[in-house]
Amino acid sequence: MKKLIAILVFLFVGIHANAQDKPNKNKKVEIEVNGNCDMCKKRIEKAAYSVKGVKSAIWNAEHQDLHLIIDETKCKILDVEKAIAKVGHDTQDVKASDAEYDKIHGCCKYRTDETH
Amino acid sequence: MYKLLLLVLVPIFSLAQTSVQGKITDKENNPIAKVKITIPELNTTLTTDESGLFSLVQGNRNLVLILEKEGFQKLEISQSCTIDFSIQLQKMDSENAIEVVKVEKKLSTLGRKQKAVTNTQNLTQGELQKAACCNLSESFETNPSIDVNFSDAVTGNKQIKMLGLTSPYILMSEENIPAIRGALQATGLNFIPGTWAESIQITKGAGSVTNGYESISGQINYELLKPQKEDPFFANVYASNDGRYELNTHFAKKYSDKLSSLVLLHGNTRNMKNDMNDDGFLDNPLGKQVNVLNRWQYNDVEKGIVSFLNIKYFKDEKTGGTFNQDAVNPLSWKSNVTTEKMEVSNKLGYLFPDMPFQSIGFQQAFQYNKMNSQFGLKEHQINHKSYFSNLLFNSIINNTKHKFITGINFNYDSFQEDLQVNFTKNYDRIDTSIGSFFEYSYDNLNNFSFVLGARADNHNRLGLFFTPRAHVKYNPFEKTTLRFSAGRGKRASNMFVENINVLASSRDIVINDENGKLYGLNPEIAWNYGASLIQKFFIFGKENEIVVDYYKTDFDNQIVVDLENPRQVTFSNLKGKSFAESFQIEWNISLMRHLNLRTAYKYLNVKTDYATGLLEKPLQAKNRFFANIAYETHILEKGQQWKFDATFNWIGAQRLPNTLANPIEYQLPTYSPNYQLINAQVTRTFSSTFEMYLGAENLGNFKQKNAIVASDNPNGPFFDSTMIYGPVFGNMFYAGLRFKIKTKKEVVREI
Repeated sequence: MKKLIAILVFLFVGIHANAQDKPNKNKKVEIEVNGNCDMCKKRIEKAAYSVKGVKSAIWNAEHQDLHLIIDETKCKILDVEKAIAKVGHDTQDVKASDAEYDKIHGCCKYRTDETH
Repeated sequence: MYKLLLLVLVPIFSLAQTSVQGKITDKENNPIAKVKITIPELNTTLTTDESGLFSLVQGNRNLVLILEKEGFQKLEISQSCTIDFSIQLQKMDSENAIEVVKVEKKLSTLGRKQKAVTNTQNLTQGELQKAACCNLSESFETNPSIDVNFSDAVTGNKQIKMLGLTSPYILMSEENIPAIRGALQATGLNFIPGTWAESIQITKGAGSVTNGYESISGQINYELLKPQKEDPFFANVYASNDGRYELNTHFAKKYSDKLSSLVLLHGNTRNMKNDMNDDGFLDNPLGKQVNVLNRWQYNDVEKGIVSFLNIKYFKDEKTGGTFNQDAVNPLSWKSNVTTEKMEVSNKLGYLFPDMPFQSIGFQQAFQYNKMNSQFGLKEHQINHKSYFSNLLFNSIINNTKHKFITGINFNYDSFQEDLQVNFTKNYDRIDTSIGSFFEYSYDNLNNFSFVLGARADNHNRLGLFFTPRAHVKYNPFEKTTLRFSAGRGKRASNMFVENINVLASSRDIVINDENGKLYGLNPEIAWNYGASLIQKFFIFGKENEIVVDYYKTDFDNQIVVDLENPRQVTFSNLKGKSFAESFQIEWNISLMRHLNLRTAYKYLNVKTDYATGLLEKPLQAKNRFFANIAYETHILEKGQQWKFDATFNWIGAQRLPNTLANPIEYQLPTYSPNYQLINAQVTRTFSSTFEMYLGAENLGNFKQKNAIVASDNPNGPFFDSTMIYGPVFGNMFYAGLRFKIKTKKEVVREI
């Protein structure tokens, strides 16, 4: 079920991203980002804001997605995803390294139902 | 230490599961399939499977779930989603069906705004109804931050104080438009019926610069009822044994999803003559009031437009004085105050659809205020026409961690003022000011935020000046909040209006002219600094909250009202120092479910240099103690509930102005005695549409005996009705009811 949602979100975002070619200064994007709790929320949003060009970042635990408004002339969605993966959270395109994942707090370990 | 605990506890939780299951059943615990579950917070709709199950990702706390299934009652429930849960749905009764069942978790009625950088308290309607207040000046009786004073028996108006300073030093706004100012500065809150307010926000200390430069000790903002949210009809009737009757009726109509309107009607009258302290004077003036407000709201969510239009009118007349009035009798004395107001105000907001963090707002208000007062042979008339406008722009710098708000505003006030006392003088004047402001907010999204604001104004009589304000909030630990604030305020005092009660005495009025532009005096300037600490903790599983705050207001200049010579009242500019220090410690405990206790101790040190030296401000208690206990029963099937509320106030000694120059029988002690007041109220809710209440004020029956000096000779030289430090009426009982008609049949239940 969760994977299905993830695929749907992925497809939807994909289509959405393709639709516009011109750089948009207030581009609304939703990307999949995994996490659990309020601590994750703070960490994910902080990482997103560290990327220049991110105007607004709101992460939702239930949907496992991050609502972004970015300035496409200043950054790309992938930049944001990389920054988030770097603090230990998997995104739709970039996975966090095990080393980074190990660093996050116990209650934030979201990968429990997968490989671990 | 905390981290260690977390480390130990967390693995236990995270091992358990990553999803939370909910089960929907009927009353016999049979699972119900295909129930539609809407979760507005998460923007999701789910459906239960064959075994009545659905699942949520772990990590949610309380969520509002809307459950719908044909043949069952629609249920709105706030559910704790941290562990597996089950919910029962009720079958739809064939007749008299309730369409919606609302289940609410009770939130505190006196919420401190956690996110706000300022020290702001939010009073909801539940709090306002704890003491069935008739108007906003009386609505703070269950709140320790604001003191309600007993105004003189002659005008019957109550004044409020914050941090030891009277209402002129508080910026009072209606939905963020400065509303109670000018001619109605001192009495205006008395003309806002309590049922009209949706909520009140009290901010201690320097407030935001967006609403002007006038606030010194704090800001009080009230939100009126919103046409779009209101039920089609509401009525409230109130009567008390001192002869006061009030009637409130509200009518709301929705024309479409976007357009709605609300008509609020209020009338009150007091027609019973009382003299409970046997001084020959009425304890409360007789009076009548009509008050009408028509609001229109237009919202277009898709286009991002929000707008309001308000049209307001009221007229109030109060007559007081001796119990028996007779024009020829030299022992008869009469007062009459007529107040009238007309207002049209509107607001227009535009939210950029692509950029939810950006908006433009425009506010404007036209007001016409009139107050004619007569106290014995003294008279005062004021007509005040005013126009206020404010254009605001909200946006971000780089990202939503850095927000700003900027704008310009324009003010026009024309006053026609006449005073006939020991002299006759006209004080007509026109004030105009234009100002611009910028306020920057930073939030690190974790535990630290601050707001820096400044404004520059050019006022024809205050000159060109700068107003800086700063607020900081820091959470060193999860349950600890620290706040700091500092700011400057400057204002043109309407000194006769603000001290109108001194006319109800035989005192001569003296103004120590400084060749200033305001009644010959110079404007008031003050700095306010403060800090507050909120600590939450648990004792035996009960939530406790301790709030400690300290504020100091330092006047650079002030209009000093000197009552130390009983033959006169002197208005002068400050020579020396004047300050108000306020220290408050508040301890709130939730003793058990539905039983809350609030206690507070307050120390106020308010001193001013008068002609005779540095003295405590008269009629100001240095020490106060406050306790409020509230108990509610569980809400039953049809919404039935009992609510009990009691407030205890201990008011310490208050310095009384010097009366040594009076004959011995008209002299007052140096300090008033301390006294206690107990108020209590019981509310019985019969259903979600009907409730009744019964209450009592001053159960201990305390009465100030010598409230009016020389009441036996009101036209003589020693008469003075300004020395009120306590109630004159004694105990007072009241009863009332509230009734409403809802569009949908619904009952409210709680978890």
